[in-house]
Amino acid sequence: MNFDFLFDQFGTLTATGLEQGAIYALVALGYTLVYGVLQLINFAHSEVFLVGTFAVVVVWSWLGFSGDAGAPGLAVMLGLLVVGLLAAATASAAVAIVIERVAYRPLRRRNAPRLVFLITAIGASVVIAELIGVITRRRPFGTPALITQTEVLRFGNTSITNLEIGIVGAAVAMMVILDLFINKTRLGRGIRAVAQDPDTAALMGVNKDRVILITFLLGGLMAGGAALLYMLKITITTFNVGFLLGIKAFTAAVLGGIGNLRGALLGGLLLGVVENYGAAIFGNQWKDVTAFIVLVVILMFRPTGLLGESLGRARA
Amino acid sequence: MTDKNPTGQGRFDGAHDRLHAADQRRMAFAGGVRRRWRELPRLVRIAAVLAGVAVLYGLPNLNIPFIRTESVGIGFSSVLFTVAVYVLVAVGLNVVIGLAGLLDLGYIGFFAVGAYSVAVFGSPSSPVATQYPWLVCIPIAIALSMVSGVILGAPTLRLRGDYLAIVTLGFGEIVRLIAVNSSVTRGQQGIADIPSPPGTLPDGEPLFGVVDIRPYYWLALTVVIICMIGVKQLERSRVGRSWLAIREDEDAAELMGVPAFRFKLWAFAIGAAIGGLSGALFASRQSFISSGSIELLTSILWVAAVVLGGSGNLLGVTVGAIIISYLPERFRDFAEYRFLVFGLALIAVMVFRPQGIIPSRRRAVELEDRKEEVAVGA
Repeated sequence: MNFDFLFDQFGTLTATGLEQGAIYALVALGYTLVYGVLQLINFAHSEVFLVGTFAVVVVWSWLGFSGDAGAPGLAVMLGLLVVGLLAAATASAAVAIVIERVAYRPLRRRNAPRLVFLITAIGASVVIAELIGVITRRRPFGTPALITQTEVLRFGNTSITNLEIGIVGAAVAMMVILDLFINKTRLGRGIRAVAQDPDTAALMGVNKDRVILITFLLGGLMAGGAALLYMLKITITTFNVGFLLGIKAFTAAVLGGIGNLRGALLGGLLLGVVENYGAAIFGNQWKDVTAFIVLVVILMFRPTGLLGESLGRARA
Repeated sequence: MTDKNPTGQGRFDGAHDRLHAADQRRMAFAGGVRRRWRELPRLVRIAAVLAGVAVLYGLPNLNIPFIRTESVGIGFSSVLFTVAVYVLVAVGLNVVIGLAGLLDLGYIGFFAVGAYSVAVFGSPSSPVATQYPWLVCIPIAIALSMVSGVILGAPTLRLRGDYLAIVTLGFGEIVRLIAVNSSVTRGQQGIADIPSPPGTLPDGEPLFGVVDIRPYYWLALTVVIICMIGVKQLERSRVGRSWLAIREDEDAAELMGVPAFRFKLWAFAIGAAIGGLSGALFASRQSFISSGSIELLTSILWVAAVVLGGSGNLLGVTVGAIIISYLPERFRDFAEYRFLVFGLALIAVMVFRPQGIIPSRRRAVELEDRKEEVAVGA
């Protein structure tokens, strides 16, 4: 029990927690979107994220940014960021859509029980992770640090780096765009309609299959964004990084209220911060335990998560 | 299946319909086999079951080519023991998933509690000073895993299904992390010298030794058979009918006077006890346990085994457990690809046969019901 460390480093712990939490939140969006529309835990979503991280590595090394390349100039850096984002988002979205078509749609036509969806999801998750494992011979792959961390703000003994601000800012921006898309556009209205009542939405002329495909696409795009941010922060990926991150992101989604976009943001940031505090108090090895215990406690007192479940707004 | 949908998926529908028809034929065939079996005279049936059991006990001594695993460098009895432990796990998990309809992704947590109970209380090299003999450790292991099932279930079983899934997953991970980090379980270093079951051979050697694994297999097989009979009796009792009612519609069951929470807790506790027992058997055979043996992925594979085989049906889950435990051992040469193939098989079986390889009859009927409900916009 090391409370002194917690109080001493409170600001720094909060900042790094928010940074980690922003990545959780972006992945959590994928779980929440699919859950909101299909009431399905898309267990393979962690692998959607995983593919994104490898897309970043592959594209950057094609462009010569690998090995011991130093931090590039501003123009090149921005270019790499854009290319990395495009690659990760495309790869992740493509994988998400393939999963939908191969593993879920045939089952939906038979109205299979939900447990069966979960099993094919597990199957898809294993297949993708193992495929990458076999291709990469289970070795870790990394990129050089694209952005050199420098301190830009300082309050007392709390230092905040450019990367932390960038990651949290980018994540929040992506989430605001997604929120606007869901709430203001015609396609977004379709998604909300299917989330509320799939059959009635279909009768009102909403193309259900297309809406579901778009939902997976959006989740994949967000996971791709998360993958880029992850590579900026961690810079190393292996075939099995998806598993724990996926569980954490799902926890974040449940924490905020699954099916609720803003809940995913809140849950993600909260989870990142809380597990950092837990690590400070009990030691780093108990970090994940704190995260899960917080989840259990919150669900006991608020079974629908912090903000409630509300992609469709008026689910019975 | 016959609805016309506006998105132009006719091509896929045709293929699906054909597959579905083939599936129906297979089901009819299976039903026929079942009926014929029941029409046999009672004595013949008993004799057939006894013969089957005798073959199972004799399996380590039978020289069946291709099935035996010596060619890939691993003792056949030891593989059989692993298979038996996995079947026991599947029987326990089937109570939770197949009978009560609760999705438990952290079953390895109970397995670990059972395994570590035997290790901590029985081994001389554990930090706890007690050195109970095996026969005392096993009841402790069962009791502790049952208690952990109640501790996990009491706050969480009021949650909806999907939340339960993630909370149990979290529980499994917490147990794993405790095994890694706690000073009692000694992490990667592990605990050695776990006691083995009592008994000596005429020549003074211990019956449950390290060279001949067959006694362990026979022990595990016996435990499996006892547990199967017990679970079958439970399934036919008032408890089993309550589980069924809860699984099909919890609200309706509650209205009819079934105390859903209490029966769900029972399912959880019984499942946990069997999981703990299998962990205890595993630990005494290995005589060593460390945090490396506790992997969350294993837990998910178990769920896959139950659903793959046909949840709710003892024969089905047995087949599922055999598939996920035997095939990876037999095809060790393909170790690099085995999980890849396993994942593909999982998707294929579930897409074409969502009720599992050998479904429970009642579950199959439930699935037919669901198909009728699909009338609007599938």
